[in-house]
Amino acid sequence: MIRDNSDVILAIQDLTAEVDGSPILKGLTLEIKAGEVHAIMGPNGSGKSTLSKILAGHPAYTVTGGSVTFRGENLLELEPEARAKAGLFLAFQYPLEIPGVSNLDFLRVAYNAKRKHEGLEELDAFDFDELVQSKLGLLQMDASFLSRSVNEGFSGGEKKRNEILQMALLEPKLAILDEIDSGLDIDALKIVANGVNELTTPDNAVLAITHYQRLLNYITPDYVHVMEDGRILTTGGKELALELEARGYSWVREEEEAIAR
Amino acid sequence: MSIQVSMVPDATETVNAPRVDRAAYLSRLVQLRGELDAAGSGLKDLRDRATALVQERAMPSTRAEEWRFTDLSPLLQESFQPVVPQPITAEAIIPFGLTDAPHRLVFVDGVYAPSLSTLGDLPPEVQLGNLSRVPGGIPHIGQHQGAEETFTALNTACMTDAAVIWVAQGQEWRTPIHLLVVTTTGAATLSHPRCVVIAEAGSQFTLIEEFVSLEGGGAAWVNRVTEIKLGAGATVNHTRVQRQGAHTFHIGKTAVSQARDSRYVATVLNWGAHLARHHLEIYQTGAQTATILNGLTLLQGEQLGDTHSLIAFTQPYGMANQVQKCIVGDRAHAVFNGKIWVPQAAQLTNASQLSRNLLLSPRARVDTKPQLEITADNVKCSHGATVSQLEEDEVFYLQSRGISAEMARQLLTFAFAAEVVDAIPLPTLRDRIRSELSLRLNPA
Repeated sequence: MIRDNSDVILAIQDLTAEVDGSPILKGLTLEIKAGEVHAIMGPNGSGKSTLSKILAGHPAYTVTGGSVTFRGENLLELEPEARAKAGLFLAFQYPLEIPGVSNLDFLRVAYNAKRKHEGLEELDAFDFDELVQSKLGLLQMDASFLSRSVNEGFSGGEKKRNEILQMALLEPKLAILDEIDSGLDIDALKIVANGVNELTTPDNAVLAITHYQRLLNYITPDYVHVMEDGRILTTGGKELALELEARGYSWVREEEEAIAR
Repeated sequence: MSIQVSMVPDATETVNAPRVDRAAYLSRLVQLRGELDAAGSGLKDLRDRATALVQERAMPSTRAEEWRFTDLSPLLQESFQPVVPQPITAEAIIPFGLTDAPHRLVFVDGVYAPSLSTLGDLPPEVQLGNLSRVPGGIPHIGQHQGAEETFTALNTACMTDAAVIWVAQGQEWRTPIHLLVVTTTGAATLSHPRCVVIAEAGSQFTLIEEFVSLEGGGAAWVNRVTEIKLGAGATVNHTRVQRQGAHTFHIGKTAVSQARDSRYVATVLNWGAHLARHHLEIYQTGAQTATILNGLTLLQGEQLGDTHSLIAFTQPYGMANQVQKCIVGDRAHAVFNGKIWVPQAAQLTNASQLSRNLLLSPRARVDTKPQLEITADNVKCSHGATVSQLEEDEVFYLQSRGISAEMARQLLTFAFAAEVVDAIPLPTLRDRIRSELSLRLNPA
């Protein structure tokens, strides 16, 4: 929902970045305000997933220029865990499997790290169990997910639901969903999208990165950005996604080039 | 197959050390031995034979294949003296108590300490104590295959007494038995604690064997031999924890013989001592015998921890499942050599072995070598070895949820160890080991 006077949550200005010496982001600018849902679309290799990892602080990427301000703070100075505690959440395209760590323990450690950061008392195992049980219904997850190792042997859909369960517990100010729709059948997609919608409030924001318009039938964006070659090529409303679906990405580039001439 | 991961050159003899005559050194060790205790008077012939054997030998060097990665030079630097038993108080060993294993046998510097042991009301079918419990002597002592190995023979030549755990036929003993081997002294001393475990046919019990040092323990060397004999259909669940002091040496042998239909489960944790070597040898002497071995070695600083295991099948339908894990930090060095021997007679053997290693530092080193010798043609045997570091992506995933990098590494290392730690049958010991593990991973 677009509102003129809402707070800026994320402001990216002329961001450039590289991995192993090759430039991936080439001057990206983007602003996200509270209450807004943004979608970034673009062809493979345009830098969409890289952007999400850089925002979350993945050590493999080097920021070479520009700035990122998250809720008034210089995001790039923060360690990944500090970014998470400040309210940034990345739902991974490929959530990692961690054999030997129970999902419940993982969720509790993460939840309590946030509680501690906020100066609240950590929840004990009993109280946390009650809390997490209350969130399972949102994603139609069975309690048996909790006793299994983190993501180990989970199907694609189960992994994505587990990501949104983490989002439900951590209540981020900005949730970046990196291809949350990949590997999901239509039923799982509806569950995941519904979970995200339930968690969206006027105080937080969503940045959904996707290849396909399909996801945007369920998570309705206020803005659609088209990304190519490390930059945002054009920005429009949700109808832009439909046009991209019908005409592909190349016309956007041609149109931009025509304007430039 | 051999996987070696290392940033440092192969182990070599310490260059600056004076040359030591390895044969004379070993012979001198025998001369340090104490007189036979009255309880062990029946051992004289056995001791004499072993003494003769040791006097023909020398301390192994890294030129011997079996000792290729384990350099004993630090032992040769020490001038070991016999232990002068120091009385210790019951308070001193309170930290090692296990409330869920009330029956406890304590040996201090190799000598039985009845006043520290808590035997409680035991039925005659369960004998705990030292050799004086069995006036007729124990026919099995020193008779296992491989007893002529140098350090086993040295123990046999020098032992003065032995711990005895003897559970009679058909006795299903529910209460875990705790065998605590304490090293007290700050000096360079050498002790040869010995233990004989007899599980008669159809008996069942749980044994916790633990090696600890009192604070301030110096360069003590514990040369241990434990012999375990399982009768037909017996089940022994054995947990061995070696957490001696940082300056100590530990050379240990666990020799197990298993009659038909028996089941031996060992969970072996090795994280103490400056230099530790454990020979874990299983001889399946009957058919349909099951062996389950879980090992965890946790090393830091400049520790060396070496596990040499052998599972020898001799009869059909034998089963073995072995998982050995090593977590190696700093400049420490872990060694695993896992031999599985399946001769022609051992048809329909089903054996698997997995060696998994986690290196926490670029200077940590592991040498792992599965060694399968199979001549039977209708068997199922698998083995594998992996060496890895903590995955940067896994650490990042946890960090992205607000978990600190340090906590993330700890969680992941815990997870790596969990499979073995979870196999410990006693909750108190399991919890204690978890908290010690977290202390070692997070010394601050």
